[in-house]
Amino acid sequence: MTKQQANWSPYDNNGGSCVAIAGADYCVIAADTRMSTGYNILTREYSKICKLADKCVMASSGFQADVKALQKQLAARHLIYQHQHNKQMSCPAMAQLLSNTLYYKRFFPYYSFNVLGGLDNEGKGCVFTYDAVGSYEKVGYSSQGSGSTLITPFLDNQLKSPSPLLLSVQDAVTPLVEAEAIDLVKTVFASASERDIYTGDKIEIVVVNATGIRREYMELRKD
Amino acid sequence: MFRNQYDTDVTTWSPAGRLFQVEYAMEAMKQGSAAIGLRSKTHVVLGCVNKANSELSSHQKKIFKVDDHIGLAIAGLTADGRVLSRYMRNECINYNFTYESPLPVGRLVVQLADKAQVCTQRSWKRPYGVGLLVAGLDESGAHLYYNCPSGNYFEYQAFAIGSRSQAAKTYLERRFENFTDSSRDDLVKDAITAIRETLQGETLKSSICTIAVVGVGEPFHILDQGTVQQIIDTFEIAAEQEGPAAEPDAATGRDTAAEQGTAADQGGSTDEGVAPMDI
Repeated sequence: MTKQQANWSPYDNNGGSCVAIAGADYCVIAADTRMSTGYNILTREYSKICKLADKCVMASSGFQADVKALQKQLAARHLIYQHQHNKQMSCPAMAQLLSNTLYYKRFFPYYSFNVLGGLDNEGKGCVFTYDAVGSYEKVGYSSQGSGSTLITPFLDNQLKSPSPLLLSVQDAVTPLVEAEAIDLVKTVFASASERDIYTGDKIEIVVVNATGIRREYMELRKD
Repeated sequence: MFRNQYDTDVTTWSPAGRLFQVEYAMEAMKQGSAAIGLRSKTHVVLGCVNKANSELSSHQKKIFKVDDHIGLAIAGLTADGRVLSRYMRNECINYNFTYESPLPVGRLVVQLADKAQVCTQRSWKRPYGVGLLVAGLDESGAHLYYNCPSGNYFEYQAFAIGSRSQAAKTYLERRFENFTDSSRDDLVKDAITAIRETLQGETLKSSICTIAVVGVGEPFHILDQGTVQQIIDTFEIAAEQEGPAAEPDAATGRDTAAEQGTAADQGGSTDEGVAPMDI
């Protein structure tokens, strides 16, 4: 008598990778624009990045239907916050809200692997990285999604101090300037799309700094 | 309005077929300080007179943003108004979540009216003691609605509610035919003038009035004091001095007593920087 297996799954994986890097006065959030299912490509031009607040941007890979639902939830909650507090949510506040929202569905999770990036109340860049059920941490850089296993070791090599004695975990901000961070992001995606079949087509790069939010794109391999 | 044996319960009809509690609720609305609204084809302007309990306190918030395309001004029990505006905000957010489009104003006022009606037919409830001027924009154009405690609602080209609103209504009646094609700025000027009518002799300053605008390409927002003062200055110079009209109503004394203003409602200093939602 073998165990009964599900003949249908509520989830699907649409692939893709996300990266975020925080600096002293900026934050770079990037994701590829390919949406796949199985071995097929659904579209080459899908944005995984969502602006949640004035200085707070989220990139999510995983099951995009859940991602969209999560983004809508957060946007609605942000509106309520604005009505009650007469101001926009700060990035750390949004980080906690995201964590709570994810854990709320602990027993039927959002299949969404998120990185949240933006500026905190003092204008310093911050990045928060999550698992599917809301466990989160403030870090200097992070990557999620199908290419994360290829991207994270490279970012570690470039950004992480070899020993926690030299750079404490609390100082979760990279020493890079904005231009260097963007360059690093482009390099990292170019490498990931070489080996990860789910990453490619285009990168959408969003930069949050004191002047506001700007967006740029870079072409990647289409195969 | 005299006391009688049919006015204790909202669920008791009088022999003449009236619900006195509902009518008394409308009286409460007339005690609040004035709120006016007017619309053109593309814009709606709301204005209200600010009343502060004392010189030490801040003034009550009478204009609320409900969504980018809807806002309202209230007269009467401000606490009731606050609660209703919270309900309206929720409805807008939920509708937008489901349909990815803004809630049509006409739908919202019907929901509001139905909510008010419920309170006229339950023995354990009381009618809301607040009149609302709902200003909004949707696919069918600019709208101004008036919701009253009875559960009725009407659409208007221009209207005024609250104490001494008759003076504003008289002014608006004279001018309303021009409003449809008015420019946004003229509409704002007319709103300020209408407010001035309700003041009856008191000097018009930006500190005692609040103006909000919503229109095509212009999300609902409250004009900041500086802008309002500028507009007041431009036409105070041009217009001849208006002699002090009738002496202040006995209504003045009842205004501040009836309204329940709380500074807590404002969530902090009213003059905080440019906040996205209110003031």
